[in-house]
Amino acid sequence: MTILVIAEHDNNELKPVTLNTLSAAQAIGGDIHLLVAGSGCQSVADAAAQIPAVAQVLVADNDAYEHQLAENVSKLVQGLAASYSHILGSSTTTAKNVLPRVAALLDVNQLSDVMAIESADTFKRPIYAGNAIATVKSADAIKVMTVRGTAFDPVEGTGGSAEVVNLSDVCDAGTSRFVNEEIAESERPELTAASIVISGGRGMGNGENFELLNKVADKLGAAVGASRAAVDAGFVPNDMQVGQTGKMVAPDLYIAVGISGAIQHLAGMKDSKIIVAINKDEEAPIFQVADYGLVADLFEAVPELEGKL
Amino acid sequence: MKVLVAVKRVIDYNVKVRVKADNSDVDLANVKMALNPFCEIAIEEAVRLKEAGVADEVVVVSIGSKSCEEQIRTALALGADRGIRVDTEDAPDSLSVAKLLAKVVEKEAPGMVILGKQAIDSDNNQTGQMLAALLDRPQGTFASKVAVDGDKVQVTREIDGGLQTVELQMPAIVTTDLRLNEPRYASLPNIMKAKRKPLDLLTPDELGVAVSSNLTLLSVEPPAERQAGIKVSSVDELVEKLRNEAKVI
Ligand SMILES: Cc1cc2nc3c(=O)[nH]c(=O)nc-3n(C[C@H](O)[C@H](O)[C@H](O)COP(=O)(O)OP(=O)(O)OC[C@H]3O[C@@H](n4cnc5c(N)ncnc54)[C@H](O)[C@@H]3O)c2cc1C
Repeated sequence: MTILVIAEHDNNELKPVTLNTLSAAQAIGGDIHLLVAGSGCQSVADAAAQIPAVAQVLVADNDAYEHQLAENVSKLVQGLAASYSHILGSSTTTAKNVLPRVAALLDVNQLSDVMAIESADTFKRPIYAGNAIATVKSADAIKVMTVRGTAFDPVEGTGGSAEVVNLSDVCDAGTSRFVNEEIAESERPELTAASIVISGGRGMGNGENFELLNKVADKLGAAVGASRAAVDAGFVPNDMQVGQTGKMVAPDLYIAVGISGAIQHLAGMKDSKIIVAINKDEEAPIFQVADYGLVADLFEAVPELEGKL
Repeated sequence: MKVLVAVKRVIDYNVKVRVKADNSDVDLANVKMALNPFCEIAIEEAVRLKEAGVADEVVVVSIGSKSCEEQIRTALALGADRGIRVDTEDAPDSLSVAKLLAKVVEKEAPGMVILGKQAIDSDNNQTGQMLAALLDRPQGTFASKVAVDGDKVQVTREIDGGLQTVELQMPAIVTTDLRLNEPRYASLPNIMKAKRKPLDLLTPDELGVAVSSNLTLLSVEPPAERQAGIKVSSVDELVEKLRNEAKVI
């Protein structure tokens, strides 16, 4: 059994979530190959080769893969698939875009957001915004799946020396073109990887008030997240949304500020180790999942909290 | 240009689903059902394209038993011109749905297909991508903006790091994210009018697709329940607990 894992990267850096996905691959068992598809991505390939869990790094370095357009990368993976029993990606927007396409090209199903490996063909995954956990068995010849990073501890990132194989195949469908990207720059840790997350909801009132959370975040080394209502209202950009349809986080500490606790929001954060809720409404459902609840006006409580850290 | 929109009947998003006592599945008996919210956004986008003169016909398709005609009617009331139901039993898997849709697309030859990025029951986020693969057409997933320009469409996508814009050669497949638009409410006259709009029935046989699945649902469990914790009375107490009890700061 050999497993192909798709590396998550931006042509410069291998994203840490790849190490979590490799951990899921290890739980399945067998040799693991890691595919780096990009352009000018040698530094990613070098980093990938150092991961002890990886037996082989496949590098497809070509303009056609620069932005990992699904049309092109899916064809590349389709061409490699015959040698593999499983193809895994992380539950990121990149892999969610590419892997269902790969699955359909292979005439197999895809399992989304796998959170536990029961055996080589049986997996657990959340459904209904995480209000139910399904155990699913797949009889497909090749199991294609995305993996929830926070459900698997990362493998070691260094100490190995995997063989690196350069792929020469170029798959360019020619039907799609990258136009531009607006990537939010932040000095703070990435939401899904941070050990502390502080999120704001509609209660924040406006975008400027998120500065209150930023200050706390800077003291704690935390990432800043948001509810859908805060994103929809234009307080903060979409990449900060936590929830069923945003990002899944499971930090050691999650602080929800001015967030009511709708099931769709809980879906993205209720696996956090410790949850703190600050809300002026003592009936807010968020208190039902909070380890520590503080009924208070956030505009008083948050600055005070910052002062005491 | 014709726009085809695929919609799904799902549990209403306000309802918290329960797992059956025998852990065989979730319990949907007597639960309020609705149009999947992302599909509603897909319909709205198609109707806006028509109102802007970019599209001339909006066709809505749903796959399932007779009950999903209720959601097709909702889509018709929101402005779609005609409906198609592909008659199947229980919810087929994403691959089967994509195969059925691919055949409907071949029949209807739309310039664009719009789907929701995910259904809030299975939370799969797959069908649009699979459909695009089967048709060998480009995809603009998780769209927050759709701008048609001649035979091309620019789609702005919500990605983990921010926003990405891609340009696709049409026919193209688009899947909607939450911020693409705010769906309208159906007016009473439009709900009445929708009852008279055409709704055709197709079968998988007619489309030449065998609906089967390699996936077996073995069991469904409720998630680990979180215990509600305590209320602290002050910021001081909160900081003290986080430092000394939870030891997370
Ligand atoms: C298909 C679908 C997908 C969705 N996906 C997501 C998702 O991924 N993530 C997500 O978050 N939501 C999602 N939602 C939306 C979700 O249902 C809720 O609408 C949303 O989470 C509410 O955000 P909120 O808690 O910030 O706002 P509200 O529910 O309006 O809550 C605001 C809270 O702030 C408190 N507050 C106000 N002022 C103050 C103050 N001064 N001090 C203290 N507290 C204050 C209030 O008491 C209230 O509890 C989705 C919905 C749908 C239909």
